[in-house]
Formats: sequence, C-alpha cells, structure tokens
Amino acid sequence: MIRLIVNGQERSFQSPIDVRGLLDALGLGDTLVAVERNREIVPRAEYASTPLEENDEIEIVHFVGGG
Amino acid sequence: MNDDLLRIGEFEFKSRLFTGTGLYPDTATMRGALEASACEMVTVAIRRVDLSDRSSESIASTLIEGGYTILPNTAGCYTAEEAIRTAKLARELLDTPLIKLEVIGCKKTLFPDITETLKAAQILVKDGFTVLPYFTDDPVAARKLEEMGCAAVMPLAAPIGSGLGIQNPANLEIIVEQANVPVIVDAGVGTASDAALAMELGVDAILMNTAIARADDPIGMAKAMRYAVEAGRLAYRSGRVPKKLYATASSPLQGIIGSKHQ
Repeated sequence: MIRLIVNGQERSFQSPIDVRGLLDALGLGDTLVAVERNREIVPRAEYASTPLEENDEIEIVHFVGGG
Repeated sequence: MNDDLLRIGEFEFKSRLFTGTGLYPDTATMRGALEASACEMVTVAIRRVDLSDRSSESIASTLIEGGYTILPNTAGCYTAEEAIRTAKLARELLDTPLIKLEVIGCKKTLFPDITETLKAAQILVKDGFTVLPYFTDDPVAARKLEEMGCAAVMPLAAPIGSGLGIQNPANLEIIVEQANVPVIVDAGVGTASDAALAMELGVDAILMNTAIARADDPIGMAKAMRYAVEAGRLAYRSGRVPKKLYATASSPLQGIIGSKHQ
C-alpha cells in the first residue's frame, strides 16, 4: 500500500500506482480534471508515465459555476 | 451590428455580454439564461473535485456542448501566488490561454488587492496567458495593467454581488477614454438600466453573474440584460445629443394657427 494526500485527505492505494491509476481508482477516469503533484502540474499526456510516491500531495481540480 | 465585433487577444465576440455560471438554482435554469442572454463567453471557477460526494450535477457538458468560450477565474485567491497556481491549473484543465485574474484583498467588500493583482498580471502575461484582470475602477491601475500587456481591463462598477449599479461613472469614462484595450465592467450591475448606462459610457462589454442568476426569473433577466447591453452599445455608437438646461422645441415655430405672423 501507498499513502497519498489527495485534495487534502490522507488516502491509501495499491502500490505501485501512477496518476492514471489514481484517477481510475477514484472513479475520475472519464472526468475532465487537471492534476498537480507536489505543486507541479502533471500534463494529461503524462498521467500513465508519472508514478506516485509515498506522501505525495495531489490536487485534482475541475471547473464549477462561478462569476 | 455585425461590423461591431469585440476582440480580446485572439478571441472575437459578437455579444458584449459575458456571464458567470455561479449561483443558479439549477443547471437547466443556467442553460436557459445563457441562451436568453445570447452570450458567447462564460466564466467558471476552479475548485477541488469533492472526492466524497460526486453527486453534484456538472455544468461541464452544458458549457462545452453549448459551444461557449470558457473564461476560468481565480476567484477565492488572496495572493498572487495562489492566483498564478490556479491560472496554471485552469490552463491545463481547459486548454485555454484565457484567465480572469481576481486577487481579493478584503473578505467583506471583495475588493481586489491591487498590489497582488499587478504582480500576478505581470507574471501571467509573461507566461503567455491572455489576462483579464478584475480591479477597482482606478484609471492609474488600468493604465498599468494595460502597459503590462493585459488583453483587457475589468473595472468593477460596485462590489461583487451588490447590485448597486454604476457607482462612479466618471472613473469609468476616464478609463474608457485612455484605454487601448477593451474595458469590461465586471461586477456591481443590478438591473438592465445599469448595464445600458455602462455601455452608454463607452465600455466595451459587461460581465455579470448575480444580477441574472439571483433574479426572480433568471431567464427573463438574462434577456433584459442582452437588450440593455445592445441598446446601450448602439446608443453609444450613435452619439447622444448634448444635455441642455432649457427646452428646444421639436416642432416648427412658424405657421402656428391663429398667430399674427406668417
């Protein structure tokens, strides 16, 4: 298992895991999102080639109604 | 008025009304209001995905299928650093250079922090963003933002969500007079006459959210705002008559029946 901080919450996932695997595990595989890993943007094309490490801080954002 | 296109960076708009997508009672009402407003660009906010509750209805499909140009904002940011981080996430998310830069300096008034706004604008422009900054209606700040390379300047008319209308028409006029980029009134409009007045002052467009979304009938108000913006723009382009203290008759003074002269 690997422990990650996702959107401020501590969560455990099967190891090894990359960004693509994380999004799938969270049910976000088909959702339009943007991802930051330790404050660096992970480009969409690199999801499957970005392995995650213990204690990585991940932000997953989308857009919502706003003015 | 198809010859009257609005250009912002590489983008072109027929409609001079931009609308927010927040505060609507539901997505169907938002969709109806956007259609009634005939707007082409809409703002959205960037937020964390709620991992524990995925039930909330997404507006993404409505906006993407509707063909709207999406203008992400940095609402909720209080420092240049937070705003830049949000802007970069927005660019990755939406594959757009557009960003509505909003760096707030006061929770109560939601007035912008101009120092942080200028700092963020400079960095974002250098990074290739098409920056549309929200700022207080200050002609000096407007000039500085333009000189930095912002694609438009977006002075507030009154505090966000206040509906107070155009509080300082003189400042807006000065900003319009000196600007070489589009001037977009962002925030403070309450009803249709506010929108018409702003357009008559010569601003290039208006961005509003609360005035439409929180009206009793958002779809009706969206339509009213569409016509107000169009009417105000047409009046501005048509050149109003000068104001005079005394009357000038509209009908001929000669040949009045029963008069002693010809």
